[in-house]
Amino acid sequence: MIKTARSPARLVRALLFSMLCAITATALAQPARAEIEINVNRADVQPLPVAVPAFGGAQGAEISQVISANLQRSGLFRPLDPASFIEKDLTAAVQPRFADWKTINAQALVNGQVTVEGGRLRVDFRLWDVFSEQQLLGLQFTSSPENWRRVAHKISDAVYERLTGEKGYFDTRVVFVAESGARGKTTKRLAIMDQDGANPSYLTGGDSIVMTPRFSPTSQEITYMALRPDSASVYLYNLESGRRESLGSFQGMVFAPRFSPDGGRVAFSVERGGNSDIYVMSLSNRASTRLTSDPSIDTSPSFSPDGSRIAFNSDRAGSPQIYVMGADGSGARRISSGGGRYTTPVWSPTGEFIAFTKQTGGQFHIGVMRPDGSDERLLTTSYLDEGPTWAPNGRVLMFSRETPGGPPKLWSVDVTGRILQPMPYPGAGSDPAWSPLLN
Amino acid sequence: MVRSLNRSTLVRLALVGVAATSVAACAKKAQPSYPVQQPPAQTQPETPLPPGPGPVGQQSTAPIPGSAQDFVVNVGDRVYFDTDAHDVRADAQPILDAQANWLRQYSSVRIRIEGNADERGTREYNLALGARRANSVRDFLVNRGIGADRIQTISFGKEQPIDTGSGEESWQKNRNAKTAIVSGAR
Repeated sequence: MIKTARSPARLVRALLFSMLCAITATALAQPARAEIEINVNRADVQPLPVAVPAFGGAQGAEISQVISANLQRSGLFRPLDPASFIEKDLTAAVQPRFADWKTINAQALVNGQVTVEGGRLRVDFRLWDVFSEQQLLGLQFTSSPENWRRVAHKISDAVYERLTGEKGYFDTRVVFVAESGARGKTTKRLAIMDQDGANPSYLTGGDSIVMTPRFSPTSQEITYMALRPDSASVYLYNLESGRRESLGSFQGMVFAPRFSPDGGRVAFSVERGGNSDIYVMSLSNRASTRLTSDPSIDTSPSFSPDGSRIAFNSDRAGSPQIYVMGADGSGARRISSGGGRYTTPVWSPTGEFIAFTKQTGGQFHIGVMRPDGSDERLLTTSYLDEGPTWAPNGRVLMFSRETPGGPPKLWSVDVTGRILQPMPYPGAGSDPAWSPLLN
Repeated sequence: MVRSLNRSTLVRLALVGVAATSVAACAKKAQPSYPVQQPPAQTQPETPLPPGPGPVGQQSTAPIPGSAQDFVVNVGDRVYFDTDAHDVRADAQPILDAQANWLRQYSSVRIRIEGNADERGTREYNLALGARRANSVRDFLVNRGIGADRIQTISFGKEQPIDTGSGEESWQKNRNAKTAIVSGAR
């Protein structure tokens, strides 16, 4: 299920791929204006019926299955059963028989062709508006053959963006904590996988309790916290080189690390004498600055996308609540006001919302509110939901959910709260962190 | 009840360090409403063996005074906290007094206080909360004259529950601070 190690060579391959995966925006035909369109902001949006027949060529069927699964899980599309297709063996070289696709009420059609030449995989695909009989997209991707899943994710992103008008989030990865063993004696290992649960691999052994990984904006570095009986430290881990380094030694526990949006700083908490405060460190000169000095718990910092503000968690008013301050620590102001306990604020990539965990009435919720505290909406309710992370387009949140006595599992919910589902990763996992879109 | 045991009794118990005495004292207590460390039951002292083959009696020996086991069994290594609170409760004070007395007697012992939280909170907040609990215990022991240089603190947050059940009874057990012996015990 999960591979024991991710070799640097694999990672290098993956990175080379990002460079080589040239999106040759081949003008197979000039994209016409879409007549079909999905309004992602409507909570009552009906999923768009889409046909994704198997692409021609080697691995064509697998590629179309990955695309179909991505579109389905977004909740905005309803891939049709291939058994219902009338036109068989549609290739990217010919015009579809639109009447056949209208008959089964496919609104959009994604077809393609895979060719392997000189050890390179080339995938041509087209997106069609069935009812207006127009081509909406025609693109060609090339990569090494083992990276066929990434090609499928990039095609999924192209389709999503063309039909919703928003960036996709399928060519991304998730770093998380893979858990194994009996409750109370859990082994926790840092792990990484594609956003659809594929290619999981461990990044650390089980020698310390690891938690709260976060991606840098480059997607190539993560920061996380490791807890041992005699220390609580924050590390930086380079996914490209496999190199790990400590953020530095502090007197007291160090935890809750987060990168700034420019990747140049890390905010975190330092606990000393029972009091936790938020600090920020410049990675270029390793100088750290204390941002809070309240005699209360101040933790879980989260930068706004423009880097000017930090949302954080504090119990300075008696119970844990969410505050926003300037990135220099100035002007802290409480924004949560709904009653209950609020923790783990996470600023959305668009800046529009702050996601959080809320405890009220013996239940846990994942919710969102505006950065000024208005428009609070709870998206989930369960025995224990915790730790939301945003997809890079700000449409979907991933979090961990536990049932009483059960292991934590990764779940996702869209920002309207309509599309709630377990992640397609079968193991126990917690503390997910979504990468930015890969390059 | 532990609450009704006065401090000198506990001091005496700790100093004597005889498990049987502690068992006898515990046996008189009503069932406490919070978890306390229960020493293992002891068998009766054996009578002299009859000549020739016969039954072989067996009993646990009392922990060696000054050992880590002595500390766990005869003093108590954990104290418990209310939900989202870190102040030392009344029922924890006799145990921490006994810890302080034991640590005074065995002055080369160094300890680590490990703060813990129940699962009804989020991970990072609970780490901070556990750290507060560990420091409350630390401050208590320092106030009782134990050198701060002998004490480390750490928080495990909600990562190391001692009771894996899901209910207030389990959660109460998991809101604790454990005094672990790092070095210097016999």
